[in-house]
Amino acid sequence: MSEPTTDPTVDPAVVVAAGVAKTFGDGSLAVTALEGIDLSIGSGEFVSLIGPSGCGKSTLLRLIGDLTTPSKGTILVNDKPARRARQDRDYGMVFQAPVLMDWRTVARNIELPLEIMGYGKTDRARRAADLLRLVELEGFADKHPWQLSGGMQQRVAIARALAFDPKLLLMDEPFGALDEMTRERMNLELMQIWTRTKTTVVFVTHSIPEAVFLSTRVVVMSARPGRIARIVDVDLPQPRTVETRETERYFELVTAVREALRGNEGTDDLGLGGSGGTAAERIRAEGLA
Amino acid sequence: MTAAIAEAPPLADEAAQRTAGRGRVILAWLLILVALLAVWEGAKWFFGDPWRFHGTLLGVQVDLDHIPPFKNRIASDLSLPHAWLVAEAFINPAQRNGPPLGLILFGQAIFTFREALTGFVLGGSLGLLLGIGFVHSRLAERAFVPYVVASQTVPILAISPLIVVATKAGWISVAIISAYLTFFPVTIAALRGLRAADARAFELMRSYAASRRAILWKLRLPTSVPYLFASLRVAGAAAVIGAIIGELPSGIPDGLGSALLNYNQYYSSGPERLWATIIMCSLVGLGFVGLVRLSEHLLTRNRYRPDAAA
Repeated sequence: MSEPTTDPTVDPAVVVAAGVAKTFGDGSLAVTALEGIDLSIGSGEFVSLIGPSGCGKSTLLRLIGDLTTPSKGTILVNDKPARRARQDRDYGMVFQAPVLMDWRTVARNIELPLEIMGYGKTDRARRAADLLRLVELEGFADKHPWQLSGGMQQRVAIARALAFDPKLLLMDEPFGALDEMTRERMNLELMQIWTRTKTTVVFVTHSIPEAVFLSTRVVVMSARPGRIARIVDVDLPQPRTVETRETERYFELVTAVREALRGNEGTDDLGLGGSGGTAAERIRAEGLA
Repeated sequence: MTAAIAEAPPLADEAAQRTAGRGRVILAWLLILVALLAVWEGAKWFFGDPWRFHGTLLGVQVDLDHIPPFKNRIASDLSLPHAWLVAEAFINPAQRNGPPLGLILFGQAIFTFREALTGFVLGGSLGLLLGIGFVHSRLAERAFVPYVVASQTVPILAISPLIVVATKAGWISVAIISAYLTFFPVTIAALRGLRAADARAFELMRSYAASRRAILWKLRLPTSVPYLFASLRVAGAAAVIGAIIGELPSGIPDGLGSALLNYNQYYSSGPERLWATIIMCSLVGLGFVGLVRLSEHLLTRNRYRPDAAA
């Protein structure tokens, strides 16, 4: 049994959310999407946000990316306010849909952020070529997105997000629209990319196996209002491979996350939210038992 | 945006299918033309003036005396000259010992085409610029759009003399009138097209901290291209109409507008010449819209998802 791969108190934090709340609308129509969110994500971590629909996991991701602003609390990315971090282009974003530009070739799609950020032409071409190799799409540089399958399109989107070497990768259910087989293969590829690039990843997902397989920590959220219910440390050894999914520990952790999710359905047992230390210890103890 | 998951389409078969499709389109197009002529002459056979023909047709002696069973003024030789007379009008000289009418009309069509093209470029640019302005300023959009709409409810016939007087009668004034009819559909399409990108594409741009200018050039304008071309086809037809109508009060003798006025005056002595002019007007419109289609094809081919660009 290995130790937890990360300890946010030692590693420099890439994302720090403190007392974050998000309310949509006002007056009697106000809907509280998130409440009392405290979360710290260390450098090089792979953190999944999982929870039922309406638990605010996507909203939390969008708050980190400054695509929306918190109603209460603060979010720091790389020790800067989230807005500043966005303006400094500190993160790359991948959505559920690939959101590629039809009129651009695959290579030029990957170059899009580089063009906007003023990279030179040769640098752009070199980076696009490197990334195409990374996501194993070397032969497709001159194709257009609509000539690619869904999984390939999503790989282009990942390459585009990595094009400018962001320290942080935000992924909002990136494989949610793919079939199970493709999704598992993409998970493996994402693991390889993460191992190679050492990027910090925040990953929103509906899938428990996916969250456990990919993550160093799984943040389990509850709905109405969205809160962090529990944080499960995933101590599966790195690098994760096909065999990882067949280990006993993997099944134990999947069960642990499932139970944590089920615990939220009926009564809101919110006492376990927060740093997640106690919850993580409990899960680990369960694993040893 | 590539929201849907599409498997790679088999590109090799498409070219062959397209060629086969084109032949069928031409065939259908000819059949419709034949049907139109049949309806035209059929109406004359049943409702028109008596048909009299004595002479040789393709070496055969023909003596035709047909009295149509009914009578209606719409099908009289004055309202609806025989199709072959209209065709003949193109070949016959317009004036004694002059060049054939078709040649004169062709020259006038070129002149009108040039005016329409100038108006189209002016109006299209203005329409796009207005759309870009409105998309970037809600206030400008709310304040100006009612005026833009109002401008199109005023009959162009009422405005064209004003423009002609104000700018001195000439092909420039005609181009301005043509532009007046052209910009509106482009503005409306630009308003839609410039906003048509996926909301997440805008968020993606936001995540890159992209400037408004970068968003315009790299997202809004490319997204709006199929929308703009759809409106440019409408605008192309409007530009030709604008040019012809603009010629009416300006007294320019070189365009199709003056030909229409002229043959309107001599209608009772030669209705087929007005019909020939009308056909030439529609040919100019067809040619214009065809050019728009061609440039659309050249610009969007292989760049846009085939079904989106169609």
